[in-house]
Amino acid sequence: MKRRDYLMLSLLALFIVVASLFIGAENGPLEGADGIAMEYLSSSNKNLEPWFESIWAPPSGEIESALFALQTAIGGIIIGYYIGKKRNAPADNSICSPK
Amino acid sequence: MVLVMAPRFSYAMHIAEGFLPPVWCAFYLLLSLPFVMIGLRQLKAKSRLGGDMKLFIAVAAAYCFMLSALKLPSVTGSCSHPTGTGFGAVIFGPFVMSVISVVVLLFQALFLAHGGLTTLGANTFSMGIVGPLVAYGIYRLAGKSKIGIFLASSLGNLATYCVTALQLAFAFPSPAGGIAAAAVKFLSIFALTQVPLAIVEGILTVIMMGIVEKYSVSELEALKGGNAYEA
Repeated sequence: MKRRDYLMLSLLALFIVVASLFIGAENGPLEGADGIAMEYLSSSNKNLEPWFESIWAPPSGEIESALFALQTAIGGIIIGYYIGKKRNAPADNSICSPK
Repeated sequence: MVLVMAPRFSYAMHIAEGFLPPVWCAFYLLLSLPFVMIGLRQLKAKSRLGGDMKLFIAVAAAYCFMLSALKLPSVTGSCSHPTGTGFGAVIFGPFVMSVISVVVLLFQALFLAHGGLTTLGANTFSMGIVGPLVAYGIYRLAGKSKIGIFLASSLGNLATYCVTALQLAFAFPSPAGGIAAAAVKFLSIFALTQVPLAIVEGILTVIMMGIVEKYSVSELEALKGGNAYEA
């Protein structure tokens, strides 16, 4: 793919996310879909009680988003490291010899 | 009651901790186990293929890790997130992604109270088994093109959430309309929301594939012949 293709695809993905944000905000509070499903479950099954508790939960929304950011960062760092390594080591990329 | 529990609901990813009846938890755990075992074996074999293969597998895991933490808005007015399993499924085959999904789901269950330990089997089945299998199957059928990669990863994503909806419908049939009515309800919550996210994941996976096609020539070459990516 050419550099322009990457740019176009990235813009397209960004456009869909932003459009979803604005259309979605009109249609609901943008809560988690899984949460909505569990809420529906509890309202349709009145005597439903979770039979097991999470052993640990983030104490606040802030901590939760920090951990989510951490998760994204770990992924991003690994991918970035890989691309950086490959870009700087063309020799490693051309020959593949089993160890 | 609902108000007291409300904060925890917003924490849920896929099926929340403790919600699925024990019988179903055990059922999905047993169902998922063989796939994960095959995956572990393949993971071992593939990581021995040399070059930067281990790091390359880590990239598939990292992609899955990254995308499954991205909660994105959807047109339906709720938020959900991609799964990131299609990319690895296309490159390494579906079973390796079963193992990677277990890792991602465990991380979220232990540190984020998303999903859960009791529902690990069920969530692994939807995200780590059916999603990657659908992605892999579509990639094979669609002719291994960019369009194929797009369709594979977006439909794999969609399949994961359809399975989640069906899992809930089977465990909690609607009192009035049974499993079918419950399925319609859960599909309306999950599947519709997922459509724009599936498209976004498809696009991101095409971008990601373009990157590794450029930088991972030797790894992709070494994986040829197995059940893996072929340009």
